[in-house]
Amino acid sequence: MLFKTITRENFKKMVEALMEENEVIGPKARDLDTEGKKIYRFLKLNSFEELEMDYTRSYSSPKNYFLPFKEDLAVYDLHDKGWDQDIHYTIHPRVIIGMRACDINALLKLDQVMAKSVYPDPYYFARRRNTLIIGLDHEPLEDCFCRSMNADTAFHGFDLFLTDIGKDYFAAINSDTAYMILNRFDAKDVTKEDQFLYKKVKSRIESKFKTQVTITILPELMDLEFESEVWKKWGDKCLSCGSCAMVCPTCYCYGIEEDIDLDFSMAVKRKFLYSCNLLDFATVAGGHNFRPRADVRLKYRYYHQFRGFVEAFNQSLCVGCNRCGKACLAGISPKVVIDDLIETEKR
Amino acid sequence: MKYLGITLAKPKIGVFGFTGCEGCQLQIANNEENLKDLFGLIEVVNFREISSEKRGDYEIAFIEGSITTEKEAKNLKNIREQAGILVAIGACACLGGVNNMKSRFPLQDVVKEVYGAHSIDTGPVRKVREIVSVDVELPGCPISKPEFEWLVRHLVLGIEPQFPKYPVCVECKQRLNSCVFDMGMICLGPVTRAGCDAVCPRNRLGCWGCRGSSEEANFESLMEILREKGFSEEHIAERIQFFNAFSGN
Ligand code: SF4
Ligand code: SF4
Ligand code: SF4
Ligand code: SF4
Ligand code: SF4
Repeated sequence: MLFKTITRENFKKMVEALMEENEVIGPKARDLDTEGKKIYRFLKLNSFEELEMDYTRSYSSPKNYFLPFKEDLAVYDLHDKGWDQDIHYTIHPRVIIGMRACDINALLKLDQVMAKSVYPDPYYFARRRNTLIIGLDHEPLEDCFCRSMNADTAFHGFDLFLTDIGKDYFAAINSDTAYMILNRFDAKDVTKEDQFLYKKVKSRIESKFKTQVTITILPELMDLEFESEVWKKWGDKCLSCGSCAMVCPTCYCYGIEEDIDLDFSMAVKRKFLYSCNLLDFATVAGGHNFRPRADVRLKYRYYHQFRGFVEAFNQSLCVGCNRCGKACLAGISPKVVIDDLIETEKR
Repeated sequence: MKYLGITLAKPKIGVFGFTGCEGCQLQIANNEENLKDLFGLIEVVNFREISSEKRGDYEIAFIEGSITTEKEAKNLKNIREQAGILVAIGACACLGGVNNMKSRFPLQDVVKEVYGAHSIDTGPVRKVREIVSVDVELPGCPISKPEFEWLVRHLVLGIEPQFPKYPVCVECKQRLNSCVFDMGMICLGPVTRAGCDAVCPRNRLGCWGCRGSSEEANFESLMEILREKGFSEEHIAERIQFFNAFSGN
């Protein structure tokens, strides 16, 4: 990896230049919570000023820029003799600024499923290829457990990764494109002092991790505790609302629907993101529901995140961002559920 | 209308209003842009808002409003006899809706409060399905025009419409809305049927449940959450009773 530094003024110029030719997405604040704190989300930036480089956590992960919540897979032109199908994979070049290490690691996991599997998803692939990713370091929040999930540092999967070292940004460069862009904005070689500042910031970040989730024993524990009352306890609280999966950077389940125009001349095949917590997720043709109970559905969400994915890819699917925990009105989070499982196991 | 070269039959429809604000009927007549396409699919034979025709040979009947008098109940039963398919449209028809407010007080008091000495024929509020069998319920206050059109396409093609069983939160998260609970407001999104694209939370208002309960909604859990968050019983009750969406049946 190559490293450079870029001043704040030049970074601003760089973002503004990127905005001229690309759709630029970044953390924006739109609402305030009851404590007056900003609620952030990844949205299209219309000016540099909207970009919140000091943001804490985005409510929802930026996964929807790779796996849109709704996406037309194919459009059909219907006529008397049949139909013509039209498929587009191309998207406008896009830049996402401010992705966290956990979110970048989440993309690497999605890559395993969407880009590197037997049946790659060309729609995902096109977005991945056409998106420039600028990562951004931060001090972990109280409930971040990405460290436990081995997702607190990103080594690849991005173009540029920035660390705020005071007057400049320290930039880790991971692609030719990023290198060329940086150089257009007078990026400097890293000095001894920059290195010193960078290490200082890094160790401050290191020292701030508070929440730990024990995962090494999880696959086994989950099998042992398959019938545990812990699932019932949290399942009874679960609203089967799907918020957890929607905000999660790694949940990728989807459904397909077809629709037709009002004049019956055009039709679309549409993909929409779904969640295993939803009542009809496991309903099959004929109406049978394999998972009619909320506790069983909740259990399977945890199984996929912490057990099933490990079996398939030797790593958990969860990256420890705790967005699901924050979004859950019923107070269900990986930390509390897993701690609960570990506790019951001890008894 | 042709679909893949096959000419489709144009079902005859009637739209009938009972006790309601007529907003749902207005929604059907709305959106001039594609009214032509909509009426290319169906033949309107009885719909006061758009035509003076009053024929009785409709095959599909759309019912707006709740039922509050015996006369209305009788008319509704007649419509049911004629219609092959009966669709209840909007919160009033499906749930009782805002009208149901009056059922929470003694009837004489309500009438006196509103009409004074003037006498008026009105009874308790009933949902359409309390009087006749209903084939499809199109929820919402008011109904959404795109969803109405979507339903018509299904009816014309003879496909059973599948409404979301899951709650509004799914769509709310998909719109990247801020959860109004974080802004100190109450929201019934977790127990209300999705399909409105979370339009209220999108506009920083909690959901009032106009689309009725989501299927197998975890009502108890939400009640517990609302109490834990410190909302008063009064505040909770007001919200929950508003559309009469959660009164069982
Ligand atoms: S775990 Fe929480 S966020 Fe997820 S479906 Fe259940 S209630 Fe909703
Ligand atoms: S399961 Fe929860 S903590 Fe894990 S990645 Fe998804 S949202 Fe983040
Ligand atoms: S946890 Fe559930 S929603 Fe998420 S990817 Fe796995 S099966 Fe799908
Ligand atoms: S605002 Fe309402 S609908 Fe949206 S996520 Fe929160 S509870 Fe659910
Ligand atoms: S958010 Fe709730 S009240 Fe608003 S339109 Fe949707 S279902 Fe109705």
